[in-house]
Amino acid sequence: MKSKSTFTVKALCKSFSGLKAVDDVSLRLETGEILGLIGPNGSGKTTLINIMTGMLPKDSGQVTIDEHDISEMPAYKVPSYGLVRTYQTIRLFKNLSCLENAVIGAIGVGIKRREATRLAAELLEELGLGYKMDLPAQGLTFRDQRLLEIARALAAKPKFLLLDEPAAGLNEEETDELLALLKPMPENKNVGIIIVDHDMRLIMSLCNRLHVLNYGKTIAEGLPEDVRKNPEVVKAYLGSAAS
Amino acid sequence: MNAQIFFEFAINVLSMGSLYALIALGLVFVFGICKLINFAYGEFITVGAYVLYFLGVFTSLPWPLVFLIGILSSVAVGYLSELVAFRPFRGRSLDALLVTSFAVSVILQRLFQLGISPRSKAVPVPAFFNMNIELFGLTTPLRNLLIIAITVVLLLILTVIMKYTVLGVAMRGASENFVTARLMGVPANLVISVAFIISGFLAGVVAIFWTARTGSAEPLMGMSPLLIGFIAVVIGGMHSLPGAVVGGYVYALIANILSLTLPTSLLSFRDAVMFAIVIAFLVLKPEGLLRGNYQEERVG
Repeated sequence: MKSKSTFTVKALCKSFSGLKAVDDVSLRLETGEILGLIGPNGSGKTTLINIMTGMLPKDSGQVTIDEHDISEMPAYKVPSYGLVRTYQTIRLFKNLSCLENAVIGAIGVGIKRREATRLAAELLEELGLGYKMDLPAQGLTFRDQRLLEIARALAAKPKFLLLDEPAAGLNEEETDELLALLKPMPENKNVGIIIVDHDMRLIMSLCNRLHVLNYGKTIAEGLPEDVRKNPEVVKAYLGSAAS
Repeated sequence: MNAQIFFEFAINVLSMGSLYALIALGLVFVFGICKLINFAYGEFITVGAYVLYFLGVFTSLPWPLVFLIGILSSVAVGYLSELVAFRPFRGRSLDALLVTSFAVSVILQRLFQLGISPRSKAVPVPAFFNMNIELFGLTTPLRNLLIIAITVVLLLILTVIMKYTVLGVAMRGASENFVTARLMGVPANLVISVAFIISGFLAGVVAIFWTARTGSAEPLMGMSPLLIGFIAVVIGGMHSLPGAVVGGYVYALIANILSLTLPTSLLSFRDAVMFAIVIAFLVLKPEGLLRGNYQEERVG
């Protein structure tokens, strides 16, 4: 029996000296779903992610997982309530081995050492990094570093996983591999995924729903095929990306 | 060089280097996590030394207990200084923390001067410390061998902790990238407190062997080990724990080579030569012998 959780953002606002970076954004996601968060550069995606994960304080609004308001918590507690993220600019512990990187993901949420090591090793095998387990993370190829970040995030047994541009810097072939890897993940890991990326091919074939931001505001949300036809979205992207 | 001189030289380098390695390690543990150069570290050692003095002079507690209490008081000062002085400034600029560490250092020094005495106090040393041991045809006081053995044991224990425990892996992660570790759920307070506790523990051990060599405790005694720690860290590398250890031993090696090779008339300039070498390191190899993985981000 898989437990269902709900991630909600309610009327979230954030301004930087008068400029509204996130303006009354609300969204909702269940475990087992993949939500694509898209929008042109500067549309507030990163700010939104940073608030969700406790890196930035909000001005108003709520971010909740089930009944817990995680936007009121210090950043280090957020993973324990089921939300972890990866980073657009990779943030691995470069001198630590791949295994240790993943282990930190697990122990960060209080999983005991033995179990953390077992889980970390299992995830690395799953993502095809098993044979590199004892190598320091800095020796990995770019693609493997991206995968290791995902493994480290999964080691925290998240209910919700936030992927910030996981395909950035990957070539087409590698992006396809990533797609194949992520597609079954909500089902297998009972996790809800929010993915931010500029690769529309990836977003369109991966996401159940899309949420589009522009100038900090929600301009569209819904099924991918509906969103891509939305005139406002087409306008925001100048009709180039979604076509 | 005949065998005896060589062994004497080796023992000197190893015993001095062990002490210096512990000093440097205590600095780097805190620096690694907080990026704070802790100028109050010398006073952690002084506190330990004074406790050894009080217990040694005014009580008849057995030595192991005296040492234990001495070490614990250095640990307490390390932990409390973090709690009272550094934690409120966490997240402020690095300069603010640096000045705070100066303040802690000066406050403690003045407390020693006003509360105890501006003059130095003789710290009793257990007789077995100075017992001469015959080894490879040369005699050396037992404390020289003790410090080597204890350092080896401590390094092994610390290695095991850092490599194989949850806390150790979390600390290594945090010392590489504090912000990311915190975002992965590693609690900042715990990791920083532990860093200060380990730093204080090392200071306590150093206090025992430092006073065994000098025989005294005085308010400003923390300065020389602090300076030694800095130099060792410059040589070995500020950003890695093994670097600090290597730095300590290399420092001792260079200092002993200078003592042996400098003509008698120049011997009083040994420290000047030492500093020249440090300047050379700063100019030519500012990252030290062992380069850790240094990332700019910092939360203290």
